[in-house]
Amino acid sequence: MNPLENTSRQEKLVVVGNGMAGIACVEQILRHSPKFDITIFGNETYVNYNRIMLSAVLAGEKSIDDIILNGLDWYEQNHIDLRLGVRITDVDAAAKTITGDDGSVTHFDKLLLATGSQPLIPSIDDVKKDGVFVFRNLDDTRSLLERARPGLKAVVIGGGLLGLEAARGLQVRGCEVTVVHLMDWLMERQLDSAGGGYLAAEMNRMGITVLLGLSTSAILGNGKVEGVQFKGGGTLPAELVVIAAGIRPNVDLGHKAGLEVKRGIVVNDYMETSNPDIFAVGECVQHNGICYGLIAPLLEQGKVLAATITGNKGLKYQGTVPAAKLKIMGVDVFSAGEINDKIDGSEVIRYEDPTLGVYKKLTLKDGRLAGAILMGDTADSHRYMDWLRSATDITKIRKQLLFPDAGEDGGLDVAQMADGDTVCGCMGVSKGTIINAIHEKGLCTMAQLKECTRASTGCGSCTSLCQQLLKAVAPEFQEETKKVICKCVPFAEDNLREILRSQNLKSVQEVLEIYGNSQGCEVCKPALSYMLDMLWCGGHQEDRSARFINDRVHANIQKDGTFSVVPRIRGGVTSPDELRRIADVAEKYKVPMVKITGSQRIDLLGVKKADLPKVWADLGMPSGQAYTKGVRMVKTCVGTEFCRYGVQDSTSAGVELERRLENLFTPHKVKMGAVGCPRNCAEATVKDIGLIGQEGSWQVVVGGAAGKKVRKADLLITVVTTEEALTAAQLFFQYYRENANYLERTYDFVERLGIEKVRKETVYATDEVREALLERLRKSKALSRDAWLERDEPKHPTQFVQIEPLERISV
Amino acid sequence: MSTRKWIRAARCEDIPLREGRAVHLGSRVIAIFNLGDRFLAVANQCPHRSGPLGDGIVSGGMVVCPLHAWKVDLESGQVARPADVASCVETFRARVEDGDVLVETPLGPEQECGVSAPPSLDEREAICAG
Repeated sequence: MNPLENTSRQEKLVVVGNGMAGIACVEQILRHSPKFDITIFGNETYVNYNRIMLSAVLAGEKSIDDIILNGLDWYEQNHIDLRLGVRITDVDAAAKTITGDDGSVTHFDKLLLATGSQPLIPSIDDVKKDGVFVFRNLDDTRSLLERARPGLKAVVIGGGLLGLEAARGLQVRGCEVTVVHLMDWLMERQLDSAGGGYLAAEMNRMGITVLLGLSTSAILGNGKVEGVQFKGGGTLPAELVVIAAGIRPNVDLGHKAGLEVKRGIVVNDYMETSNPDIFAVGECVQHNGICYGLIAPLLEQGKVLAATITGNKGLKYQGTVPAAKLKIMGVDVFSAGEINDKIDGSEVIRYEDPTLGVYKKLTLKDGRLAGAILMGDTADSHRYMDWLRSATDITKIRKQLLFPDAGEDGGLDVAQMADGDTVCGCMGVSKGTIINAIHEKGLCTMAQLKECTRASTGCGSCTSLCQQLLKAVAPEFQEETKKVICKCVPFAEDNLREILRSQNLKSVQEVLEIYGNSQGCEVCKPALSYMLDMLWCGGHQEDRSARFINDRVHANIQKDGTFSVVPRIRGGVTSPDELRRIADVAEKYKVPMVKITGSQRIDLLGVKKADLPKVWADLGMPSGQAYTKGVRMVKTCVGTEFCRYGVQDSTSAGVELERRLENLFTPHKVKMGAVGCPRNCAEATVKDIGLIGQEGSWQVVVGGAAGKKVRKADLLITVVTTEEALTAAQLFFQYYRENANYLERTYDFVERLGIEKVRKETVYATDEVREALLERLRKSKALSRDAWLERDEPKHPTQFVQIEPLERISV
Repeated sequence: MSTRKWIRAARCEDIPLREGRAVHLGSRVIAIFNLGDRFLAVANQCPHRSGPLGDGIVSGGMVVCPLHAWKVDLESGQVARPADVASCVETFRARVEDGDVLVETPLGPEQECGVSAPPSLDEREAICAG
C-alpha cells in the first residue's frame, strides 16, 4: 500500500505520552475502529510499562522485562508510528501541529494529550545535589538501583504510597532508611491517624525509621548530599535522598494549546477539552475539580475518551471511587472511598487487634458504604470495593460488615459474584468478561489471562481472584507456582537468588536482617543456607545455627535422639577390608542395628552424638551424605564386568558419577542410578538422574521418582560415550542446583519446567552456557569436602562433645 | 516443695550463638540456648515425643524440635505449634556469671507441667536415610 495514499484517507491521531493512560486509551480506540493513522510520542526511551510496578522493580520482586505492558511488536502490529525519546515542546492549535525537542513538526487531525504528571518538588534549599533523586520513571528506578547498597543512609521525603514503597525498596537493597513525613501520620490521604499509627509500627518492625510532622528545609552537603535539614533546626545524615512528596499534572502543553487549564487540563464528562480537536486523558486532566493519580480512574477515562474520539460519543465519565493499596510485601494496607468520618450523617464501624496488627474501619452514610480502611487483613477489599462502586444497600448485612461471610472457598467468594461485578478495578474487567475469555480463547494460565483480558496487569491486587476464576472455570487450569519462602523472608526464591547475588550477601543472618524479620525459622534458615552455598559455589559464610541438626553433626537424627551413620560406598561396590572395619565399628560402639539400605549401602543405627567422630575415624570412609539434602548415591548393576547381558560398564560409570558429584549439596536429595542394559536392575528410570546403557550408547534420564510419588524419568539426551553421559548428568545436576526451589525434588522441578525447557537450557544450550554451568560446578566441587573430616577440625569445640557441668550436683 | 540451687552448668563459649546444648544436671537433661543477648534453659525434652530440643533450630525466642517441628517458647516453655496443644516444657532460670552460664536447678523430682500431648499428630515427613 502506498503510505501517502494511506494518510490522505485516514485521520491522523497524534498521542503525546506513551504511558499507561495514553496507551490504554489507544487500545480502546483500536477496539472501536482502526480508522486513525496513529503516531505516539514518548519522552522516555521505553515502550509502555507498568509504572505502578516500579516499586516492585526497586524491591527486586520484578525485573524490568516483567513490567512491560506493550512490547514493540504491539506497536508494529497496530501500525503505530512510535517516536521514543522525543519531548513535545509546543502545540499550535490553529495550525494543528506539534513541535518536538528534536525539531520535528508533526501535523495532527486529532491530538490526544496524555502527558501525565511530574514529581512535586517542595521548596527545599539546595535541592540540586548529587544523590538527590525522584522516583517516577524507569530511569529514576535504575539510578536508585545503581546507588543503593547495604549500609547506605537513605532519606525518603514523603510518607505517602510512593514514598513508602520507595523506602521499602531501598531497605530491601540494604540501605538504612528513614522516611520523613510532613504530616502527623503516614498516608494521610488514605488513612486516619489510627491506621497511620499501625502502618508506622509496621514500617518500624521492618527496620524503617519514620519521622512525622517534619518539614525538610534544606539538603546539606557540598555538591554531594550529606544530609537533610529540618525547619526548626534538626538535621539527619543522608547519602541518598528520594523526594516523593506528591505529583503535579503536566499541563504545559494545555496552556500552549490555549485550553482551559486549572490544576489539570479541564475535561468534561466526555473527556473533551475546550478545543474540539484536542483531547486529554490521565493524570494531566482535571475532571469535576479532581485530578486523579491512581490507575483505575485513568483507564475509565480512556474508555470514555475512546468512545468520544471515534464518533461513538455517549459514554460518560462520572468520576471514580478512589482506592489505593500499598504494594509492600507483607504489609497489607487498603483504603477506598471517603475516609473522612466527620461528615454529617456518617457512622463509623471499627475493629482493631493491636497484637495481630489488624485494623479495620468502615465509614457508612445513608445505609451505604462510604469508605473503608483495612490494615493487616485486606482479604475483603474487593467486596468493599464492589459495595462502594455499586452503592449497595448494606443495612441488612450490617452485623457482618467487618467480617463478611466467607464463601465456601475460604474468603474470596468468586462464585457469589455477579457476572457484572468488577474483578480487576484497575483495568475495569468484570467477572463475565473473564469467564467469556476463558471459554472462548481456551485460557488456562494467568499469563494468558493477563495477555487476553488485561485483568491483573495494574496493581495486581486481584491476582488471587483471577486465579480462582481460572481454577473454577478453565478445564485445564495450570497453576503458576511462585511461592515465597516463608513469612520470615517474604520473597520468591528466584527473586531472592537474584537479590543475594547482586547484593553480594554471604551469610544467613545478614539476609534475615536486611530482607526478613531478622529471626528466621526452621523453614527459611536451611533454605537460605543452601541458597548461599550454591550461589557462592561454597564460598559463603557457613552458619551452623541456620542448619538442621543433621547438617550440624553430619548424621541422621533418629526418634530417640541418637544418629545413624551411612558411609559412602560408591556405586555400592565395597571390599572385604571395608566390611570388616564396618563390623568392628558396629561391635566396638555397640551399634543396635546394622542394616543394608535400599541404596546399596550399610546403615549403622543408634550411634550417640558424642561417638560420631570416633566412629567416622574408625570406619576410615567418607560421609555418604545420607542425612542431608545433597548427593546421596549412584546405585549400579554389575554391567559388563560380570553380567552376561551387560552392554555398558555401568559400575565404573556409576562410581565415577558419584565421585564427581559427592559432597555437594542440592535443593533436595539426589539419588542416582546407572544400569548396564535396559533390564534396569538398578532402577535408573526412577532415579533423579539415571544412566541407562544400551548397545553403543547411553540414555541419560532425569526427574524419576520411586518414593511418595512414582514417576518414570524423562529422557534428557542419548549420547555415545560414557564421558558424554557423565557431562550431561553434570549439566542437569548443576542446573537443578541453581534453579530449583529448596526442597523441590527433581521430579517436581522437571515437571514444573517441562523437559523441553530443561533440555534447551542444559544439554542443548550454547557452548558458553554449558561451559558456565560446568565451571560453576567445578568451583563448587573444588571447595567441597568430606563433612566427616570435621571429626578432626570441628566447626565448634562442642559440636559433638557432651558438655559436663562445671560443678558437681548432689541430688 | 523442692529446693533449688544455682548450678554452674557450662562456659558461655560452649554454646554457640543461636544454638542450644544439652547438659546433664543431676537427674535432668537441660538444654541451654544462647540467644545473643541472653541464655535460656528448658528441659531437653519435647512434650510431643521427647525430641532433643537442644538440637533444634532457634527462631527468635523459640526453638523448633528436630523430630516433628513442634515449636516451643523458650521463655514460657509453652508449645506454640501446633496451636491447639496446651502443653509445655519445664523452664529454668539462667544467668551469666564470670563467663559461665548458671542454671537454677531444682534438687527434687521433675515437675509435671501442663497437659500432655494428644496422641494423633500431624507429623512432618521423616528424613529418611538411604
